[in-house]
Amino acid sequence: MAVTILIPTALRVFAGVQAEVTVEGDTAGRAIEAFADKFPDIRQHLFDENNALRSFVNVYIGEKNIKTVNGLDTPVRDGDALMLVPAIAGGTGAI
Amino acid sequence: MSILDVVGNTPLLALEKIGADLPGVRLLAKAEFYNPSGSVKDRAARAMLLSGRKNGLLTNEKTIIDATSGNTGIAYAMMGAALGCGVTLYMPGNASVERKNIILSYGARIVETEPLESSDGAYLAAKKAYESDPERYFYPDQYNNAVNVQAHYEGTGVEIWEQSAGAVTHFITGMGTSGTFTGVSRRLKDYNGSIQTVAVQPDSPLHGIEGTKHMASTIRPGIYDEGVADAVVRVSTEDAYAMTRRLAREEGLLVGISSGANVHAALSLARTLSGGAVVVTVLCDTGTRYLSDSFWREKA
Repeated sequence: MAVTILIPTALRVFAGVQAEVTVEGDTAGRAIEAFADKFPDIRQHLFDENNALRSFVNVYIGEKNIKTVNGLDTPVRDGDALMLVPAIAGGTGAI
Repeated sequence: MSILDVVGNTPLLALEKIGADLPGVRLLAKAEFYNPSGSVKDRAARAMLLSGRKNGLLTNEKTIIDATSGNTGIAYAMMGAALGCGVTLYMPGNASVERKNIILSYGARIVETEPLESSDGAYLAAKKAYESDPERYFYPDQYNNAVNVQAHYEGTGVEIWEQSAGAVTHFITGMGTSGTFTGVSRRLKDYNGSIQTVAVQPDSPLHGIEGTKHMASTIRPGIYDEGVADAVVRVSTEDAYAMTRRLAREEGLLVGISSGANVHAALSLARTLSGGAVVVTVLCDTGTRYLSDSFWREKA
């Protein structure tokens, strides 16, 4: 399953200054793992020491926050785009 | 008297529970959520708007336009209503629903910018909108307006000095525009050159400490004066969340995440100091505008 990761400007320096990259994965978690494997310097910014997604990192598929679906186990489809956004202002609703 | 006249003169509170294990060191916090719109941003917003009024740039026909992650926008929206001016605010689309609703309730207009680009995206979009029609807008440009710093030099810094009876030895706070940090630090150092001023930074360019700027990875505010910081310390979002919960549960202070980051950093600093030190930090805003965030529901 090829999915696109939309990278926040704050992290682009760790990902070859790209705004998006394509990775393989059948769930949101596996896709983000593949992204962190591809750019290892990004891992510490996304995951905590227990390899859980840091609590302030929100992942959206379209307008849907995966926290409101199945979290990292949320399935993704070929061609989906995953947007990584910090909860900079406590936002949990639709963006 | 109008709502603009009650900005500032906030209490300086002692964090007695959180600072209970500090031998002879006092931990104090400037309770900026007492400002009428609920945040420290009332000070800079008021000063910039009144300065615009005084120099004739802000007339009733003009619309106030600026970029904000929320608190300055809420302050502009409140004051714009009181002054009879329209307000248009550029903010990242991932700003909280509470913030957007407060702004809209004052009758202001919001233009949402790309969430991936955070506050820099909002800044560039507001600047572009202003430059496309400068006659229509009053653009305070909070990141580059010296009046922002001056508001804290003449207000917050003086209040901290007087309320601590000149006993303050350390001032520590985070930076968004850096107006509070730069203005207060300059004033305190003018009073007593040995006062140490410490800037707080998020530990990662991707962080959840709202209103706080990671200077190394973002557009640097023109008013930021690196020279006034004696030291810079880094705080994780997780530590900021934990202290924000402690402030509510142990001190009865329902404040926002940047306040938690400030108090976490202030406590860490205080633990390195000896008796007689007085550490002052800032409780930037009220926690009521973050209630939809899940970090409140964690136990510890």
